[in-house]
Amino acid sequence: MTSPPVSGTNTASEPPVDQTALALYVLGLGDDALILAQRLGEWITRAPQIEEDIALGNIALDLLGQARTLLSYAGDIEGGGRDEDDLAFLRDEREFHNVQLVEIGNGDFAVTMARQLIFSAYQYELYSALLTSTDQTLSALAAKAVKEVDYHRDHAAQWVLRLGDGTPESHDRMQAGLDRVWPYVEEIFDSTDVVTALPGIAAEPAALRPVWAGYVENVIAEATLTLPTPKWRSRGGRTGYHSENLGHLLPEMQNLHRSHPGATW
Amino acid sequence: MSDDKDQIPTSGPVAPVHGTGTDLTAAGGHGAVPISGVPVPEPEPSGATGHSVGLRKGWPLWEVFIRARRGLSHQHVGSLHAPDAAMALRNARDVYTRRGEGVSIWIIPSSAITASSPDEKDPFFDPAMDKAYRHPTFYDVPEGVSHL
Repeated sequence: MTSPPVSGTNTASEPPVDQTALALYVLGLGDDALILAQRLGEWITRAPQIEEDIALGNIALDLLGQARTLLSYAGDIEGGGRDEDDLAFLRDEREFHNVQLVEIGNGDFAVTMARQLIFSAYQYELYSALLTSTDQTLSALAAKAVKEVDYHRDHAAQWVLRLGDGTPESHDRMQAGLDRVWPYVEEIFDSTDVVTALPGIAAEPAALRPVWAGYVENVIAEATLTLPTPKWRSRGGRTGYHSENLGHLLPEMQNLHRSHPGATW
Repeated sequence: MSDDKDQIPTSGPVAPVHGTGTDLTAAGGHGAVPISGVPVPEPEPSGATGHSVGLRKGWPLWEVFIRARRGLSHQHVGSLHAPDAAMALRNARDVYTRRGEGVSIWIIPSSAITASSPDEKDPFFDPAMDKAYRHPTFYDVPEGVSHL
């Protein structure tokens, strides 16, 4: 998958792709999806309604599917023989490249929906941009995933609207949910060396922000909520610096595989 | 699923039904098969009476109809709870079309369905039983005609 399939047409004229950067970029996107899938999975049997249980499970499984494709691809690019399971279950905290937004605890339902709105709206713009990526694996994944993410974004938006514009209690808790997750927004749109090393392949995060902001701010306004103005911001997830939350998430996610290497369903 | 409602004992030595008469509600059952006199749960405005039906807290019931393919009609597939029609549609997508079962979904409030009552089964349906001439069984089917 790493090298051009049959006749190497893109070797002569185009500059060689920075494989190290590409592997890190793909790993970052895969880790985002993987960690959020794990977080959403924690809701199963705990959602407010069985219908919502299924909805969150569906979203988690969509994300897990994206993560599998991305991690497998990252392993191929590395060329070190690591497969999706090795990458998901045998790396430690500092080796994960997800943004910190996806690792924060679920909180109450409002926190989860606030996080989902931010992240799915970002992923929607990300995959829309990757549709035209010159990397064919990424563009093919984007074509499939953008439809999934469109639904995730809508699901979160529907709930933010209902809770924000619901009862005084639901309004306050939805606002608290937004306030809780908003410090993690800046980090998503930070540019990185990895992205700048991959022109035409990676999507420049800052370029996604205006459309993202248009969508999210519209939902927030319609939900009669206030755009938070946080006093601090997270940083460092893409280079392996994480909040305490990831340290608690990983053992639960990795325990089975590490205790029983090679176990299958 | 709801057939057993026909057999609710009116009196007898079975498990005691607390209260009298009217509290045989069809909680959790399908609104499409009501028993006469069963109150249809409505969404409660917050703080109305404070009573909640288990975990459902007044989320109304919706009936889900799915069209499997273009050219077919919508078929009833089940019911679910949701706070409003838009969420019911999304829940139906998640609950009933996870495996590509449909191309179109209809959502209908269960309370909007007027159903025939099991009590009226005889006058409604029995008169049709002995009228064989209503069935297209008096024609010779020509050779080679399929799908008849």
